[in-house]
Amino acid sequence: MVDEGPGCGGEAFGVDCEEAVRQLYVYLDGELTQERRREIAVHLDACGPCAGAVGFEAELRTVISSRCKDRVPDSLIQRVAAAIAEEQARQRSGS
Amino acid sequence: MAEQERFAELAMEHMPSLYTAALRMTRNAADAEDLVQETYLKAYRAFGSFTEGTNLRAWLYRILTNTYINSYRAAKRRPEATDVEDVEELYLYHRLGAHDGAGMSAEEEALRGFTDDEVKGAIEALPENFRIAVLLADVEGFSYKEIADITGVPIGTVMSRIHRGRRALQKTLHDFAQTRGLVSAGPATS
Ligand SMILES: [Zn+2]
Repeated sequence: MVDEGPGCGGEAFGVDCEEAVRQLYVYLDGELTQERRREIAVHLDACGPCAGAVGFEAELRTVISSRCKDRVPDSLIQRVAAAIAEEQARQRSGS
Repeated sequence: MAEQERFAELAMEHMPSLYTAALRMTRNAADAEDLVQETYLKAYRAFGSFTEGTNLRAWLYRILTNTYINSYRAAKRRPEATDVEDVEELYLYHRLGAHDGAGMSAEEEALRGFTDDEVKGAIEALPENFRIAVLLADVEGFSYKEIADITGVPIGTVMSRIHRGRRALQKTLHDFAQTRGLVSAGPATS
């Protein structure tokens, strides 16, 4: 048995589950055409399993972006500011 | 030169996200700091060619990414894209618990159990091209078009790198969850 996506087994309004799963990332990325986006949204409204998968992937996205923050060391902010000031002084004296 | 004062005003606020990206790219703090400093110096020198009102953040990321690719990546290319096992769509979703469909699902709960270090580690374990694409899309929120401009590759390639990278990321996260005993070894079959 091959598991094909979350699988409601049916077709909801012209888009089947396989198609919905294939478009899922592009849908979540907001990169589908308006018409295509609407077709997928119609499927998701009618198909619990696919909607569950989309909810999961959206949550995963949130977890990835929120767990991936790092604090900039103060020393780096100072280093960059100093390097720019030095460059600025060099440019001024050179021109 | 007033233009250069303007640079500090506009560009410095992007340092936290540039530093985060630099850390994921170089995978060590010392290189990340050098990379960020070099990026800011290059951006400062080139600021005259930047058109105000256009996307400064994407412009800074382009400089960061190019600088990384040209100067920092040499020694640590691995893993290659070919080293990564490709897995199916929804790999993690199918393995993180029962799908009852009501409210916050068990698998969404499970996602919250991942630590910062695990998520960062999973991104850093990706092959370079996938890592940069996933980082720009999922951590920094750039569009496909912006990522194509930043990395200098066609949109189709960007999409394929993001999608393959995300699948590989799910596999790594699943491996972490398994190591910690959060999930059982086999895929969910039902
Ligand atoms: Zn469906």
